[in-house]
Amino acid sequence: MTQNKTIIRRNRMKAYAFLAPNFVGFIVFTLIPVVYAFLLSFMEWDSARPAVFVGLSNYFKLFKDTGFRISLLNTLYYTAITVPLTIVFALAFALILNEGLKGIKLFRALHFFPHISSIVAVAVVWQFLYHPDFGPINMVLKQIGIANPPRWTSSVTWAMPAVIFMSVWKSFGYYMIMFIAGLKAIPIQLYEAAKIDGANGWKRFRYVTLPMISPTMFFVVIISIISSFKVFAQVFIMTEGGPGRATSVLVYKIYTDAFKNFKFGYASAEAVILFIFILIVTIIQYRGQEKWVNYMN
Amino acid sequence: MGKLHELRRKIILYTLLCISSISMVLPFLWMLSASLKSEKDVFSFPIQWITDAPVWRNYIVIWEKIDFATYYMNTIKLTVVITILQLITCSLAAYAFAKIDFPEQKVLFLGYLATMMVPFQVVMIPQFIIMKNLHLTDTHMALILLQAFSPFGVFLLRQYYLNIPNELLEAARIDGMGEFKIYSKIMVPLAKPALASLSIFTFVFVWNDFLGPLIYLNTDKNKTIQLGIRKFITEYTSEYSLIMAASVCALIPVLIIFLLAQKYFIEGVAMTGMKG
Repeated sequence: MTQNKTIIRRNRMKAYAFLAPNFVGFIVFTLIPVVYAFLLSFMEWDSARPAVFVGLSNYFKLFKDTGFRISLLNTLYYTAITVPLTIVFALAFALILNEGLKGIKLFRALHFFPHISSIVAVAVVWQFLYHPDFGPINMVLKQIGIANPPRWTSSVTWAMPAVIFMSVWKSFGYYMIMFIAGLKAIPIQLYEAAKIDGANGWKRFRYVTLPMISPTMFFVVIISIISSFKVFAQVFIMTEGGPGRATSVLVYKIYTDAFKNFKFGYASAEAVILFIFILIVTIIQYRGQEKWVNYMN
Repeated sequence: MGKLHELRRKIILYTLLCISSISMVLPFLWMLSASLKSEKDVFSFPIQWITDAPVWRNYIVIWEKIDFATYYMNTIKLTVVITILQLITCSLAAYAFAKIDFPEQKVLFLGYLATMMVPFQVVMIPQFIIMKNLHLTDTHMALILLQAFSPFGVFLLRQYYLNIPNELLEAARIDGMGEFKIYSKIMVPLAKPALASLSIFTFVFVWNDFLGPLIYLNTDKNKTIQLGIRKFITEYTSEYSLIMAASVCALIPVLIIFLLAQKYFIEGVAMTGMKG
C-alpha cells in the first residue's frame, strides 16, 4: 500500500514536471481568458472609464443593435453558401483524384496550395481580379458579351458572393485532402460486391461511398461551419465590411467594437454569441452523428 | 466498347482536373505577372502574361519604399521562436499525457480538449487586456507568449506518442534511465514525423497570421510581413505592381516549405480528418 502511494506520488511529480512549461501558459493565456471572456460580457468597459458590472445589459443592447443583427445575418449567409459549395467541390475533386489517374500528386498539391498561402496576399490579388473597371474577371465577362458585369466588391449585392467565391477557391483543397483519405479507407470489395448486385455508378456512390465516408463528412461539415463563423481576414482586406454593411461579419464586428471603439464588454458579449453558435453546431452535429455516421468498428 | 468508354471517361476527368488546376494557379500567376509590370500595364487587356520588359525594379522598390526588410526579419523571428517553443512545450506536455500514469491525467487532458473548441476570436479580448496589464502590447513577446502553448500541438503529439509501444519505455525504466532521458533519447527521435508535422503547421500558421499581429503590433519596427502588405495597400493604393511584388515575397517562404515538405502537410491534414 505505502509503496503504491509512493509510486503514485513519484509519477505525479514527474508528470507535472513535464507538464509545467505548457501548463503555466495554458492557464494564464487560455483558461483564464476563457473565463474572463464571459465575465467581460457582463461589464461595461471602454478605454476611458473603469469596468462596471452591468449584468445582461450588453446582451439586451445586442438585440437592438442593427449593426450586430446585420453582421449575424451576413455570417449566416456566408456560412449557408460557403459550406455546401466547399463540400461539393471538395468531394467532387476527391472522387476524381481517387480514380487512379496519373499525376495525382501534382493535381493534389495544386489544389492544396491556396489553403496554405497567405490570406492577405490572396485576398489582395482577388480584390484586383474583381476590380469593376479594369479587373481581368470583368474584362473577360465584357468580352463574352456581358455589357454591365457586376461591380463585385463595391456592389452591395455582389460583395458577399465575391468574398464567398474567393473563400471556397482558397479552402476546398484542404477538405479535398480529407475526403481523399476517407475514400482510400473504403475496402474495394464493397464496390465489387455492389457491382455484382448490379448497382450503377450513382447507386454505388449513394449506397457505398457516402455511408462509408460519413465520419469524414461529419468532421468536414463541423470544421467548415466553424471556420465560416470565424471568417475575418478576407473581409477586412477586400471590403472592410462594406459597401455599407454588406460584408460585415461577426468577427469583423467584434474586432471593430473591441479594438477600434474599445468597447471591451460589449464586444465580449458579441464574442460569447459567436461561441454559443459554435457550441450549438458542435452539439447538434454530435447528437446527429449517431443517426447518420457509420463507424467501421 | 468498354475501352472506348473508359477512354472517354478519362478524357472528361482530365479535362475537369486541368480546368480546376488552372483556376487554382491563375490568380498566383496573375500576381507574379503583375509584379513585373509597370503600373500602366498591370490592367492592360488582353492580359499579357509575360511582359516584354519585366520591371525587376519593383522588387527593389518595395524594400526601399517601406521597411520591408524589417517586416521580413520580424516575421522570421516570430516564426522561428514560436515554432521552437511550441515543439518544446507541447512535446513535453504530450509525453506526460501519453506515457506517465498520474491520477489527474484524464481531467487535465479533457480541459485541454475543451479549450481547443474555444476559438481565438472569443478569447482575443481578454488576452489583449492581460497583455496590456503586463505592458506587452506592441511587443513580439505578446505573440510569442500567446502562441507558444497550443493545446492543439499537445493533442497532435499525444496521439502520435500513444502509438509508440510502452514496453520500450518500461525496459528503459528498468535499466534505470531517468524519465527526462527516456523522453529525449527515445521518445523524441521516434516521434520525428509528428514533430515535423507540428513544426510545419506552426510555421505556416505564424507566417500567415494576420489577426494576431493586427491586434498587437502597432509601430512599424515591430510589424510582420502580412501587416506590411496591408500597409502597402493603404498607403500606395494604386501601385498594384508593387503590392503584387510584396505579396509574392510574402508567399515565397511558404512555397519553399510546401515544396520541401508536401508529404507532411498532406499526411497531417489527412490524419486530422481521419481521426475526426
